Amino acid sequence: MSHRLLLWRRLKNQVFFTLLVFMSLIALFPLFNILWYVISRGLPELSIRFFTRLPGPVGMVGGMANAIVGTLIVVSLACLIAIPIGVGAGIYMAEYADDRFAAVCRFLADVLSGVPSIVAGLMVYATVVIWMHSYSAFAGALSLALLMLPTLMRTTEQMLLMVDTSLREGAFALGATRFQTTVQVVLPTAASGLITAVMLSIGRVMGETAPLLFTAFGNSFWQDGLNAPIAALPLQIFVYATSPYPQWQAQAWTGALTLLAIILVINIAARAFGRGKLR
Amino acid sequence: MKSIWSAWSKNQLDRLFSSILLTFCLVIILIVGTIVYELVSRSALAILHFGFHFLTGQVWDPVHQVFGALPFIYGTVVSSVIGVILASIVGIATAILLTQYGSWRWLDLISILVELLAAIPSVVYGLWGIFILAPWLRQSVEPILNRGLGFLPLFQGQGYGVGMLAAGIILAVMILPTITAVVRDVMQAVPNELKDGALALGATKQEMVSLAILPQAKRGILGAIMLALGRALGETMAVTMVIGNRPQIAASLFAPGYSMASVIANEFTEATSKLYESSLYEIGLVLFLLTVVFYSLARLLVWRIRLQMRVNA
Amino acid sequence: MKGYKRFSRSFMWLEMACVIVLLLSGCAIAVIHQDAPRMDQITGAGSTFDYPFFSRAFYAYADGPEHLQVNYQSIGSGGGIEQFIRQTVNFGATDVPMNDSELQQARSAGPVEQVPVALGAEAITYNLPHIRQRLHFTGRVLADIYLGKVLRWNSPEIAKINPGIRLPSSQIVVVHRSDGSGTTYIFTDFLSQSNQIWAKVVGTGKSVDWPVGIGGKGNTFVTQEVQNTPGAIGYVELAYALTAKMNVGMVQNRYGSFVEPNLHSVTAAARQFAHVTSRHFSIVNAPGKDSYPICGYSWVLLYEHQTNRGVGEAMTRLFSWLVTSGQSYAQSVDYVPLPQSVKRLAQSLIKRIAYHGQPLLQ
Repeated sequence: MSHRLLLWRRLKNQVFFTLLVFMSLIALFPLFNILWYVISRGLPELSIRFFTRLPGPVGMVGGMANAIVGTLIVVSLACLIAIPIGVGAGIYMAEYADDRFAAVCRFLADVLSGVPSIVAGLMVYATVVIWMHSYSAFAGALSLALLMLPTLMRTTEQMLLMVDTSLREGAFALGATRFQTTVQVVLPTAASGLITAVMLSIGRVMGETAPLLFTAFGNSFWQDGLNAPIAALPLQIFVYATSPYPQWQAQAWTGALTLLAIILVINIAARAFGRGKLR
Repeated sequence: MKSIWSAWSKNQLDRLFSSILLTFCLVIILIVGTIVYELVSRSALAILHFGFHFLTGQVWDPVHQVFGALPFIYGTVVSSVIGVILASIVGIATAILLTQYGSWRWLDLISILVELLAAIPSVVYGLWGIFILAPWLRQSVEPILNRGLGFLPLFQGQGYGVGMLAAGIILAVMILPTITAVVRDVMQAVPNELKDGALALGATKQEMVSLAILPQAKRGILGAIMLALGRALGETMAVTMVIGNRPQIAASLFAPGYSMASVIANEFTEATSKLYESSLYEIGLVLFLLTVVFYSLARLLVWRIRLQMRVNA
Repeated sequence: MKGYKRFSRSFMWLEMACVIVLLLSGCAIAVIHQDAPRMDQITGAGSTFDYPFFSRAFYAYADGPEHLQVNYQSIGSGGGIEQFIRQTVNFGATDVPMNDSELQQARSAGPVEQVPVALGAEAITYNLPHIRQRLHFTGRVLADIYLGKVLRWNSPEIAKINPGIRLPSSQIVVVHRSDGSGTTYIFTDFLSQSNQIWAKVVGTGKSVDWPVGIGGKGNTFVTQEVQNTPGAIGYVELAYALTAKMNVGMVQNRYGSFVEPNLHSVTAAARQFAHVTSRHFSIVNAPGKDSYPICGYSWVLLYEHQTNRGVGEAMTRLFSWLVTSGQSYAQSVDYVPLPQSVKRLAQSLIKRIAYHGQPLLQ
């Protein structure tokens, strides 16, 4: 009796393990499937032309040069806006604020992180675009910055809180001010984690499309300054992906391949910096 | 450099620094305030005009200026729930494998690969959805489901490929890394004594997981699901590209639907009447409130566990 | 000193991050300045009906003597009107002229000139791979399909007008627009005129409450959904269907004959309405033996009082080119060149556009 029970339990255990492995394989399947199609369908159109030419008119093939540059511009601008504010607010929450104020900030960051990307776009349209009477690279950057801010704040705060208190106490004991302690002791200790966080958030917003629909708007030519509409790679992929023309669809895959490559490079760099400190 | 440092007294510098940082914090408060204010004030017209019926109305008719958001709420919720169900089955299983079978060499690789899914942008998922997933669903999956489970209202009718099911599956893939990562963290936080105790009593791995780990991790798993749900609700591009964009409430998962984020993306730039525009803002407001609720629940459930783990680590 | 060294070493990481960010923004700024001989750029938005024509014409215009880049984003006619009213774009484009309430909303920026710039047909396109012949449709049957009354391709209503064609028994997948669209307006206008029930239940509009079907954003996505879904039917501007090499059906006109959309049949339809204006713009269901019944003009929206001399001048020159010699690009993508009377109307409207009371076009 007990022997059969044992067998039964062993069998159950085996089945359980097999099931887990099977599920994990299912979890991996979409990744390989997507990567396979992005690579196999994206490669044929990959050429110098793709990186150097403007998009062609309907039914004709061009490149995505303006969209690639546009994405880099918009994301850089978003970084210029979001990194100082996000990291700064995170430092304040960790190092300066009393518990209650920090809790309020933390709560607001959580609320902000709950803002869906499309709503971020909506807000920037309602305020900036209507006010400036123009779609613009700047508006696009602002909507991306809105999405970066909460993550930056929270991770900065967390990174700093993980720094051992004894380090700070040591610095204070040597007569350092809070500013000196923060800049010379706490920040350097947390630096690699911070960089990882920043880069991960850059990778995250790089592929955002929805907030750019009503802000950056897209451009079929090179951008005409920062307060004019600008092309972006995700937008261009969206337009081409929903088109009925085979050449455009093929270029949508190539665009996806390019975008994915940029994002993966950023992610790998982030991990290299982080050295496992932050997941 | 030196002269700038010495021109300021230490304390002045300290105060300057802290006030700059404080300004940044205030900017955050300002941003959140603006968002809430703008959303509420701009949707006021629709709120006053339709009242509670906005949330229960099933007709979305710009010609006759009748706006009810129920089909969009339904589409958003149902596609997200499908996504969460699929993703949590796979994600929890993967997380168990990752945490409880630690000696296996491939685990790190699996973990990294699953997290890579999070790096793929929404629009690329959409592209894949249109050209790979939808045709596959139409040709293979939906006819089989219909034949096998056609007696259920869920699997009745003609499958177009695009529709609720496609949106649900795409969402499942997109939130899989979130669920897997959070559940993995939660399970790692379960004290080792419990595991060792169970094993010492002669439990098999499976018994250890279901008797010792899962009950402990229950709260955290629920939190992971909430977090994933919050993320799925606000997803726009991939869903717009595969959900079929049709405001209806249908029992069948094969039927096309519409989501709140998609209707904003499709119709926002063209809402010429004040009421139409206001209704779209109200949809934005509802979406915002929903995601905030789920995110907060998730934070409540998960945050402590993750933090605790970080401190331990 | 020693402390400073350690500080700098551990700070290296942060510095590197800054360098990366700076590099990115540096390249950004470099690119902005690289356009040193800065070309003028104007932004327009609206109709996807126009897009194949506009994109070709504007692409050529950027290389032309004016060196003016026109960034046209096809977000749908509804979007064109709304963004024009909001003044976030320099011009709008729509297949349905603005109505009184929309004109009222635009009033704060002055009167609006609505200039006809393109004439095109809407194709009924379908995805039935095994059928070689062109299918016939009537307005009545199309309305029944879009009402969800005719569900299968081999139903008697369709079979009756397509004698001798072996129709499949598959279900009809109805595809329509999900955004506000002039294409939809023209199509529903035709359905309302052909079918009483449609007129009563759904009506005519840029976006309507569709009884059945799946929705796609823009003419492009509708075309693609039809292309990807066997058994699908959709209505799109002719250029989309032809460029994507899809089936185009013949539609019965008021006279009773089945006509395919082409240069000849659309010209014939337009000839029946020599005096279109932005108030009487519908040329749907035209009489005459050769007329194709689902076609329409597309309009560009411009403010009569321009606030920037350079932009105003550039736009008046652009559009007076577009309605005259620019029409050759229309023909190359299967639109129909504007009839002489409409060209004259367009030119007279463009001449009214002024800067501080001075007409911009000499």
